[in-house]
Amino acid sequence: MEYLNLFIKSVFVDNMIFAYFLGMCSYLAVSKTVKTSAGLGLAVTFVLVVTVPVNYLINKYLLSPGALAWINPNWASIDLSFLTYILFIAIIAAIVQILEMIIETFTPSLYSALGIFLPLIAVNCAILGCSLFMQERNFSNVGEAAVFGLGSGIGWLLAIVAIAAIREKLRYSKIPKGLEGVGISFIITGLMGIAFMAFMGFKL
Amino acid sequence: MNVKKLLIEPLRKTNPVTVLVLGICSCLAVTAKLKPALVMGASVTIVTAFSNLIISLLRKGIPSRIRIIVQLVVVATFVILIDQFLKAFAYDVSKQLSVYVGLIITNCIIMGRLEAFALSHGPGESFLDGLGNGLGYSLILIIVAFFRELLGSGTLLGYQVIPQSFYEAGYQNNGLMILPPMALIVVGIIIWIQRTRHPEMQENDKK
Repeated sequence: MEYLNLFIKSVFVDNMIFAYFLGMCSYLAVSKTVKTSAGLGLAVTFVLVVTVPVNYLINKYLLSPGALAWINPNWASIDLSFLTYILFIAIIAAIVQILEMIIETFTPSLYSALGIFLPLIAVNCAILGCSLFMQERNFSNVGEAAVFGLGSGIGWLLAIVAIAAIREKLRYSKIPKGLEGVGISFIITGLMGIAFMAFMGFKL
Repeated sequence: MNVKKLLIEPLRKTNPVTVLVLGICSCLAVTAKLKPALVMGASVTIVTAFSNLIISLLRKGIPSRIRIIVQLVVVATFVILIDQFLKAFAYDVSKQLSVYVGLIITNCIIMGRLEAFALSHGPGESFLDGLGNGLGYSLILIIVAFFRELLGSGTLLGYQVIPQSFYEAGYQNNGLMILPPMALIVVGIIIWIQRTRHPEMQENDKK
């Protein structure tokens, strides 16, 4: 039950796009058609589900203060948390590379669907951001971290598919010249964000 | 080497935020108050300038297959320096910025400038280009934060600007401006104004 709560909370209340503005760059650049944005959303979800738990373990057994005690009790006073950024981003880049190779060998159809988006994901703020939020929140076990990753990914997927659908319709409407393209997408995202705030404070 | 062009262009014609639409993520989350926005702008400027310089110095030695990882490591090193510095000397701001300091690593402006400029230009030019783009980013950040803090809390940098007599006469702070989605709308309006003044920047979605 707790997992379900965490999942719903990370999809709607703590939505990566509308509450934290993470992954906005690719969100605005790739949201021209529903099909490609769904592909990117799936890829992001996939990478989040793998990287967040791995980074959770890295954080728990290597980085947080006193984490090295399981190797040697004398190392309990070592605090490596200043290495967080460099280690997290290296792990994300490595996992994206490995995933790309695995998907290419075992499911070529998925690979051709995700194709160009996979390498781009390493520099998507949503991925690193999710890992950093995970570190900030002190989850009690790997399962929670994985559910948090899944929920954030689905939330991101929902957001990008929704804006892509709106932008497809927008093509037929009259917009002031200066607002066309990026400008109107910004304002729509803002309005959607205000709508999503209705979920704020939900206790499940 | 055209110093003026490299420094001034990114402030207006090729502004990374409003024209190239890069680095939006962190831009929006830190602009509810002016102070964190200033600190964030300064941090991004420093990181962009110096990582541009380093990558430009290393550009002939980096194999192109692994360049993304090399770039990320260089950028991450600078971000760690900034993060440690902020924690030591400006702890309250560092708390407000929370994860967004770390997210400078994946800020698209930095990766974008490294890919598009530093890999093909000399160190001096790259440094200036990084500086210019960082300043262009800070400029938008400061404009957005100025309006959000002024209208949302009636203060600037924590000092009250709107006179008390206004409140007594019934003026109220617009609580909506504090909420994150308003940042998007403010940026949208800035883009609108800029593109109305420079019609050549308008894009045509219809085709």
